[in-house]
Formats: sequence, C-alpha cells, structure tokens
Amino acid sequence: MPSSKRQWLWLLINIVVLAGIFTLVQYMIATRMLNQYYQINLAAMAINIILSVSLNLINGFTGQLSLGHAGFMAVGAYVSAICTKNMDLPFIIAIIAGCLAAALAGFIIGVPTLRLRGDYLAIATLGFGEIIRVILQNIEELGGPAGIVGISRLTTWPYLFGAIVFTIIIIQNLINSSFGRAIISVREDEVAAEMMGIHTTWYKVLAFMIGAGLAGLAGALFAHYFYIIKPETFNFLKSFDILVMVVLGGLGSTTGAVLAAIFITVLTAYLQAFPAVRMIIYALILVLVMIYRPQGMLGNKELTRKTFGRFWGGSA
Amino acid sequence: MTILNLQNLSKSFGGLSALADVNLAIESGELVGLIGPNGAGKTTVFNLITGVYRPDQGHILFDENPMEGLLPYKICQRGVARTFQNIRLFKQLSVLDNVKIALHKDVPYQLYAAILRLPAFFRGEASIEEEARRYLRIFGLEEKQSEIASSLPYGEQRRLEIARALATRPRLLILDEPAAGMNPQETQNLMELIRWIREEFELTILLIEHDMSLVMGVCERIYVLDYGQIIAQGIPDEIKNNPRVIEAYLGEEVS
Repeated sequence: MPSSKRQWLWLLINIVVLAGIFTLVQYMIATRMLNQYYQINLAAMAINIILSVSLNLINGFTGQLSLGHAGFMAVGAYVSAICTKNMDLPFIIAIIAGCLAAALAGFIIGVPTLRLRGDYLAIATLGFGEIIRVILQNIEELGGPAGIVGISRLTTWPYLFGAIVFTIIIIQNLINSSFGRAIISVREDEVAAEMMGIHTTWYKVLAFMIGAGLAGLAGALFAHYFYIIKPETFNFLKSFDILVMVVLGGLGSTTGAVLAAIFITVLTAYLQAFPAVRMIIYALILVLVMIYRPQGMLGNKELTRKTFGRFWGGSA
Repeated sequence: MTILNLQNLSKSFGGLSALADVNLAIESGELVGLIGPNGAGKTTVFNLITGVYRPDQGHILFDENPMEGLLPYKICQRGVARTFQNIRLFKQLSVLDNVKIALHKDVPYQLYAAILRLPAFFRGEASIEEEARRYLRIFGLEEKQSEIASSLPYGEQRRLEIARALATRPRLLILDEPAAGMNPQETQNLMELIRWIREEFELTILLIEHDMSLVMGVCERIYVLDYGQIIAQGIPDEIKNNPRVIEAYLGEEVS
C-alpha cells in the first residue's frame, strides 16, 4: 500500500487527470471535433509512445543498445492480425497473443545476443530485426512482401489510451523496485553488479523480453488501426525512428520518451506538408538537439510532480 | 576451519604466465594480506577467486566446496564479496541505491508483486530501506544517502564501496588496495575500520595492499607473490626479514 496519505492523494489526482484526458479526447472523437486526419495522428502518437517507452527500458535503463525494436513490433502485428483475421479470436486475445509472441521472440533473440556488448550488440540486434522482416517477406501464407491486407479496424481510443497507461505502469513499477535497481546497476557497471550477486545476463534478458513484449503490443494496435501490414513497414528505418525518440527524450527517462514520441509525431505530421524539405528539417532539428543538448530533452531525469508535469509521473 | 583454499592455481594470458602453482589457505576469521611488486599477479588471484576469470589449472575451495568456474554472482551468493582497486561504484545512482542494489540478492518479494504493487512489495521495500540505512549509519554515510555516489569525496567513496560489499552479507571479504590514494591519517582510520568490521561482522578478510604500514599493522599473516608465484608466507615480522621478499622488492645485493 502507498505508505502515506500524501501518496494516496497523488495517486487519486493522477487517476483523475488521466480520466480527464481520456474523457476529453473520447468526447472530441465522438463529436467529430477531431477529424480523421487528427485521429490518425493521434493513433500514430499513441503507438510511438508505447514503442519509445518500451525501447527506453532496454536502451535507457538497461544500457543495452538494441536496434531491432521494429522486428518485435512486426511479430506482434502479424500474430495479432492472424488471430483476428484467420482465427476470428476476440481483439483482446489477439493483443495478448501478439505481446506474448513478441516477448518470446525477445527471449529467443536476447539469450544469444545479450552476451555481446556495445556496438556488437547493436549490430546483432539490427541483424535479428532484419531477419524477422525477411522471414515474414518469404512466408507466402502471410502474404509475402505484400503483407496482410483487410485487417479489421478494431483499435479505438480506449485501447490506445489503455495500452499507454499499461505500458508506463509496467515499466515504472518495474524500474522503481529492487528488480529495477538491479536492471539499472547493469547499465552503471556490469562487473560490479555481477560481484554484488546480480545475475546480469538474466536481468538483461528480462528487460529485453518486457521491452519486446510491449513493442508487440504497439504492433498489434498498429495492425488493427491501419488495416494493412507489410514487412517493409518494420524495416530498420522504423527501429531507427524509435531509437531517435528515445535518444531525443533522454536515455533512462520515461517521461522524456513520452515527450519525444509526441514531439516527433507532431513534427512528422506537420512536415508532411513540405515533402521536399521534410527530411532536411527533420535531420537539422535532430542535429541541433544533439549539439546543444546531447543528453536529450530530459537527460535521465523524470518530469514528476516536483517539477510541473503531473500527468505521467511514476507516483502511482 | 579453512574457509578459502587455493590449490595449485595457474592462469596464463596468451603466452604470459600470470600465476603458476599458487597455493594459499585462509582459516575462518583470519585477516590475511597478499603483497607483491607491481605485476606480480595479486589482482589476478582476486579475479580468479571472484569468478572474473577461470583458472587454467587448480582448484578454489570455499568452505571445502569447489568454486572454480562459477559465475561471479553465484560466488557472491555463496558469501564472497570484494572491493575494487579502482573504485567501481554505481556512479550515477544515489549512495542509498548503491547499498540497496547489494541487498537485491535476498529481495523479499517477487517480480509480480513489484509490478502489481502488492502489499508484499511495500513491506519488502521498507525493510530493504531500513537495512541499507543501517549499513550507511555504520560507515557514517547516512547523512549523504541521497547524494550521487560520484559526488562523494574519495575516502567516502572507498567507505561506501566497503559498505556495499558488506551489504551482500559475505563471510569472506576481499579488499583490493583499500588504502590506494589515501593520506596517512585516512590510512590509519581505515586500519581501525578494517579491524572493527572483522570483529563486528565476524568476517574473514583477505586484502591486497601496497601500503606496508597498513599491511604490517593490520594483517595477521602475509603471503608474498612475485612473478606469479608465492615466494613467502608468515607473520609480518618474518616477512619483513625474509631475504627473498627483500630481494623481490629491492633487487639483489651487489657483492
């Protein structure tokens, strides 16, 4: 139980604020104040938040540079799409199946690759991410390069919002526990952590599995919002996009990952109007941020009630 | 009872033989020093005991159970803790969190309890917090518990590293040059501290040290290592007068 009255109060305030945001957006969708264009971007934003927060667990908190996140998203997307389209299972079951399949993929890939460090790990995860994509491309039953089309649109705002809250709660509750401290100690000094009795390999694999599972969640929501999934969507450029969000937000900051995901989604949406200069502006902004604020928007700090944003703080 | 027994331990890196046929035995409750010139292989002995390296040959017995080839975290769980020659704290974390991480191996709740924030989690965290504070209090670091570890002065970082090692509740504590970079006064205090923690925690201690006043002052028995071989062992007075030791440190006498 939260130990003091103050903590109960903050928990209550968090719940009220979250419920407020949820109801407001739901109302705006129902009354068509948000048109189709905004709704699509809202969905993309929610999916990006889940992706960047989950990759931040691996890259930011555990300190393991992974470049294969889109691969796990693909596993979640394909498995959930098969569940609803071919097997007529309920959406919620499809989401859970997608998550579990992605977590399993994370485990299978994590056990051999997490023995590597730094650049080598980055290359290995990049390779595995591509392997997932190429396998999908070559399975004719899954549509090959054309992918799966005609997935029903089941992802709605309540699912998106619920998934964001779920992701953040899982990660914050994990990080702010003894298990989270063990995970962070791997980032700080792997040799010392091992000497303190921490089974570093297991904690790396654990973080990798949870991160991959949540990427699978994002994939499932993605598949059931945009009707179509094809292997090309989940190429290494997608992994790279997610990495950009994490680095921009600040490695090891959940609130930073959320803010950066919102920022990048909005930026991409606005720049779509200027296709010619889009990539130049995008790149320029990233270069400027890295020159003037190399630790990312929030460094490894969190926005908490002590600062000003009380919306996403881990006080729950 | 012999708590640690190294039998015919050998280790080479490529063509370089770092340790050859090292035998060393420590009785439970002893305070033993391991000295030797630079490059003699002292830290390699520590790295073999704590599982950083695997020995090429020989056995490491802890409580008469073989320990060679175990991963470092298993060795820690058996009851061996160490500090490092160049301090290895979790630099960006708070002083309190550094100690809490050392308590993780006995974490009193399950992963699902943490994620679901079950009552067991809050109870467990409270006891971890209290335990970690206790270690900081012993080492006079309680006031600094929320400071970032790397912001502490050097001497306090050394103390924190010892506190963190003790928090794993070891029976054998291995100190790798604990007095490195300390002034004579700090070294004096460290000597008192080492004696005191051995009594207080009923520990066996093995330490590497260059500072002869510390080694001679605090150790009951000393092993001398030179070019990967044990060349002498005995009480401090014997070691001081042993011709082979003097030769290893100062070179041969010109006749």
